[in-house]
Order: sequence, then structure tokens, then C-alpha cells
Amino acid sequence: MSEEKKPAIKKIQATGHMRKIMADYFYELDNAMKQGSPKIAWCTSVGPAELLLSLGFLVYYPENHGAMLGSSRQAASYIPVANAIGYSPDICSYLTSDVGAFIKKETPLSRAYEGIEGVPIPDVLVYNTNQCRDVQDWFSWYSKELNVPALGISTYRNIGNITEDHLSSIEKQIKGLIPQLEEIGGNKFDIDKFRHILGLSYDCTQLWKKVLETNKSIPAPISFFDETIHMGPAVVLRGTETAVEYYEVLLQELEERVAQKEGAVQDEKFRVYWEGMPIWGKLRDLAEFFISLRTAVIASTYCNSWIFDSFDPDDPFMSMARAYTEIFIVRDENFKELYIEKMVDMYGINGILFHDAKTCPNNSNNRYGMPERLEKKLGIPALTINGDLNDLRCYSEEQAKTNIEAFVEQLANK
Amino acid sequence: MEYFVGIDVGASTTKAVILDKSAQILGHSVIHSGADFGAAAEDVLHKASVGLKKENLGRKIVISTGYGRRNVLFADLTKTEISCHAKGSYHYFQRAHTLIDIGGQDSKIIKIDDGGKRIGFKMNRKCAAGTGAFLEEIANRLKIKIEKLNGLAEKATKNVTIGSYCTVFTATEILTKIRQNIRVEDIVKGIFESVIKRALEMDLLEGNIVMSGGVVAHNPYFVKMCEQKLGKEIFVPPLPQLIGALGGALFALETKGGKHA
Ligand code: SF4
Repeated sequence: MSEEKKPAIKKIQATGHMRKIMADYFYELDNAMKQGSPKIAWCTSVGPAELLLSLGFLVYYPENHGAMLGSSRQAASYIPVANAIGYSPDICSYLTSDVGAFIKKETPLSRAYEGIEGVPIPDVLVYNTNQCRDVQDWFSWYSKELNVPALGISTYRNIGNITEDHLSSIEKQIKGLIPQLEEIGGNKFDIDKFRHILGLSYDCTQLWKKVLETNKSIPAPISFFDETIHMGPAVVLRGTETAVEYYEVLLQELEERVAQKEGAVQDEKFRVYWEGMPIWGKLRDLAEFFISLRTAVIASTYCNSWIFDSFDPDDPFMSMARAYTEIFIVRDENFKELYIEKMVDMYGINGILFHDAKTCPNNSNNRYGMPERLEKKLGIPALTINGDLNDLRCYSEEQAKTNIEAFVEQLANK
Repeated sequence: MEYFVGIDVGASTTKAVILDKSAQILGHSVIHSGADFGAAAEDVLHKASVGLKKENLGRKIVISTGYGRRNVLFADLTKTEISCHAKGSYHYFQRAHTLIDIGGQDSKIIKIDDGGKRIGFKMNRKCAAGTGAFLEEIANRLKIKIEKLNGLAEKATKNVTIGSYCTVFTATEILTKIRQNIRVEDIVKGIFESVIKRALEMDLLEGNIVMSGGVVAHNPYFVKMCEQKLGKEIFVPPLPQLIGALGGALFALETKGGKHA
């Protein structure tokens, strides 16, 4: 099996639509900053965004900016800037590249969107440590730098069964944010508005789930690499009509592909699960490489992380506490293994690829023996490749590709 | 007669094996890869085919493997070095086994089942520790010719532990040992020990063990140390440095439905 001429990635027609709504989103933030209204909140990707939206904030997600720095391959010039002020090259490279870019007063936003000169300056920073501690450190830096308050929710980690105690503590913390947010944003909390936004967020994530699940079909209509791009609206626009509309369009396109048996990978032979962070600077390159190997990377923990089944407008606080606590990254090893097992079964997976991201231990689940345990239990091979979300100095192209190719040769030999 | 050729373009050396249709080795060669992998591949084939009929070389199937496999423009197919090493190793050792290959720039552990099927593999991570490059670097620092390492290690009388993962840290550690007047023989054995540890800790090593690669080819004492460490005999195939190229040639033979297909 060898890599052939660069194969074409099949274009997703909805991409134009997505670009437009993402552009509108960034211009809206930019205008708000320039006019001083509405107020802007920065939020972690799985933070209490719906609450912020209901209080009238526009919400900006630094992790999304981190991913842009990674995919535009600009991270390398910013990470060292953050290193120089004491943030180690071993910690989250979203943090280091984002902080470095801020210090250098540069952003990929200004390259992508004419007239935008910088990231939207926040009035408040709101984090949830459900994913990691780095987000708190990240927001604390901005809090000092910009002299704006950083508020947050501190979550339990490594949770097995979720108990009422876990949830009531998180619920209390979410409610506890309200008085300060009312003061900063200048709007009174309105439970009906909150319910409405939570409902929209639910609809968005359910459509996103359906989008992902189109890949249960053989051949799979969309690759993991495209999913990471089309996930954008689920991350930054959930809680809006715009996102719901977008996923209706995307879903329809993918369902048509399914009906026509049009796969993302021509002549799909193998189906692989991606466990871990994307390697943002190598999305296209890896997508093409897998196509050349007739291998479809079709499901991932990463893209699944924006499915929130529990959101319930009738019980908004508690259901939000549950939704942001039951996600994969917060759970214990046992839960994670069962989860992947379910995915392997659901998507007809032939092999699991673990990405050991140097600077994100939270999303590198290969480090405590999981690949070996899953191989034994599921009888399918697992591969670990070394790399990083943003810091391409931690990624060896040749080693990664040889490993992947040898892995596919092994799948072919089964 | 038709020839079946495997060319293994490694980061430090390029190897070629030429087989006839009954899988007999007709020629082989090892040269430095240098900076032009394509030229190295041509060169190594030329050297391996000395004495063979020129007209037959026109009728050959070539499979390239290794780091520079895609630079071999005259190859009919490419395969990864993982598959080729497994193939070559099973050719000599037709039982379930684990192959440990210590190459110039990487080391690999490949598990092969009773029928010759590859059931798992691991390649080392990004640093030189546990590879031939590490030995070269250290020999360089100690101003010793690389081919002298084996003889020196054999004469060691003490066990010296080199603890670092990293080549740069190791160099510093060695400086400390030199300052402490530790004999160079003991240091070299310590270096061997360190490469062995890095390579062996990559995976569980149960059952039969086969070793290949340049380090193994040139340092029999290294293999002896591995045997002591694992408490069992290790099988080293003939031409251990050429196992990947041999595997490539065997795959070439398979494409013709020849022996070992
Ligand atoms: S989960 Fe990982 S990538 Fe995401 S913010 Fe935390 S450390 Fe960074």
C-alpha cells in the first residue's frame, strides 16, 4: 500500500454558508467592541455560554482563536513569546499561542476579515475547569492584563457516576455567577430567555449529532478533518438560530451524500476512530494522506464533545450542570473506555488512532494504558502518534505518516 | 531470469537485496544514504548487482521501503519499513516472535504471529535515545571510531549507569563520568546499556525475540548484553542490517506469485 498522487478532498457545499455566518459572527463582535455595546464575554469552549447569551453578552471563545492560530500555522511564531514570559512550552499550546499573539498584537482574524484589527476585548472572562486547569490560568492572564474580572466554575474531574452532589454543586456555581454578570452586562437575568437559548443550543447540538452520525453509513460522507472545520458554529454559535439553520443545511447535504453512497474517501476500505485533539496545522495534509490510503477517519471523541444531550429548557440550571459535567473529558478512565467501545461498535471501526498531543494531557488518553486495554478488549488495533494541537515542533511528519501507513497495512493484513 | 529487489532507504544507510525467483540472495549492499536518497538508491542497486547479468536488471520488480522510500523513482511499489522488516524477519524465523530493530534514526518493535502476520508494532519517539544515531553521537563526543565501540564495551569491568533520556543530557552525564576518571570501556558499556533500556522499554517482550539493524550487525556484544538483560537467547538473522531490504525483495517476489507468496 503506498501513498499515491495527492488526492482531492471532496468539497462540502455548505462551506460557503459556514464562512458567511462565521464572518458575521466576528464582525458582530468587532462592532460591539468598537461601539462598547453589547458587552463581550469570553468563554471556554464548554463553559456556560447559554447563560452569558441570555444575559445579553456576545460570546467569544479563545479556544476557537487558538485553533485558528494552529490551522493557519501561525502558532509557531507566538508560542515562544508566551514561553518568554514564563508559560512553559509544555503547557497548552492554545494558551501559549493565543497569549503570544496577543502580546504581539496580531491575530489571524485580521487576515481573514478586512477591517478587524484585533480580537474583541472582553468585559468579562468566564471559564469552566471541566476540561482542564489551563483555561483558568489562561483567563487569569487576560484578567490581569486587561483588568477585567475572571469568573469561573470549578468542576470535579475524573468522575465515574455522576451524583446529585456533583450536579448541585455545579448548579450552585452557575447560579452564583448571575449577580456579577448582571452588573457587568447591565441586564437582568430572565429565566425565559435562558430557557429559550438553552433550547436553541440543544437543537444545535442535536443537529450536530445527526451530522456526525451520518457517518454510520458506509461509505462515510464526511471526514473527521472536515468535521473539525464544520464544528465551528456548534462551538461559537450554539444558542442561536443561525447555528440551527446551518446544521439543517449541512445535514441535508450529508444525507444526500449518504443516499448517493458518496463517501468522503473514494473507495473507502477502512474506518478509523480519532481519539484526541486535531493537529490543526496538518488537517488538510492528513486528510489527503488518509484518502490516499483509502482509509476514512470517521468518528472522534473531539467532535462528539459538542453534543449536549442533557440540555432541558424545563430544568435549565440543573440540566446545564449535567450537560457540562457528563462530557467525556470530565470522566474517569472506565467511562472513557466504555464510551470509545460504544463508538467503535456504532461506526463499525477497524482501528483506533490516539493522538498524543504533547501540550494537552487532558485530551491525550493514550498515556495510562488505554490503547493496549482497548486492543485486547475489542480485538482491533490501536496506534498512537505523537504530535500536538498547535505546536508543530512536537510533530514529526515522517514518523507520524510511516506509523499511519504501517497501521493501515496492518488493517489490510487482518 | 528475473530479479526481485528490495531497497531500504534509511535515514543513515541505504540497503539493497536482490533475490532470484526461488528467494536466493544474489546480491546485497549497504551504503550511506547521504543527502540525495534517489541517487543513493541507484548507487546501492548498482553495487548490489555487481557480477549479475546486466540484461536481467532490466527485468526486475523493485519495492522500496524506509524513510526515503518515496524517493526511489524506479520502484514499482512502496511499503513501510514496518511491513518489510516483519516480512524479512519471518523469512528466517518462521514462528511467532517479536522483532527488535535498532536502526540509525529509529527503533521499532514488531510483533509477528505464527503465520507471519504482523499483529502490532511500535516505533520509538522523536529523540535519538535508543537508536544508532545516539551511539554515533556519543562515539563522536568521545572521539572514538564507531567500529571500536564493540571491542571497548567487551573490555568493561564495571557497570556504569547512564540515566538520561536525552542525548544532550547524556553527553553532560558522560563528561561527569570522564571527570570522575571512569574508564572509557565502562562508559561505552554504559552507553550500550542505555540504548538497550530505551529500546526494550518500548513494549512487553515475551516469547521469541529476534534482533536486527545496523547496531546489532556491528556489535555482537550489544546482542549479548540484551540476552543477559532478557534472560533468553536472541535470534539474529544473517545480514541483520538488510532485513528490511530483504522483506522488500520478498514482497516483490510475492507480486509475481513466486515462492513465499
Ligand atoms: S483541554 Fe487541552 S487544548 Fe483544551 S484548553 Fe485545556 S489544555 Fe488546552
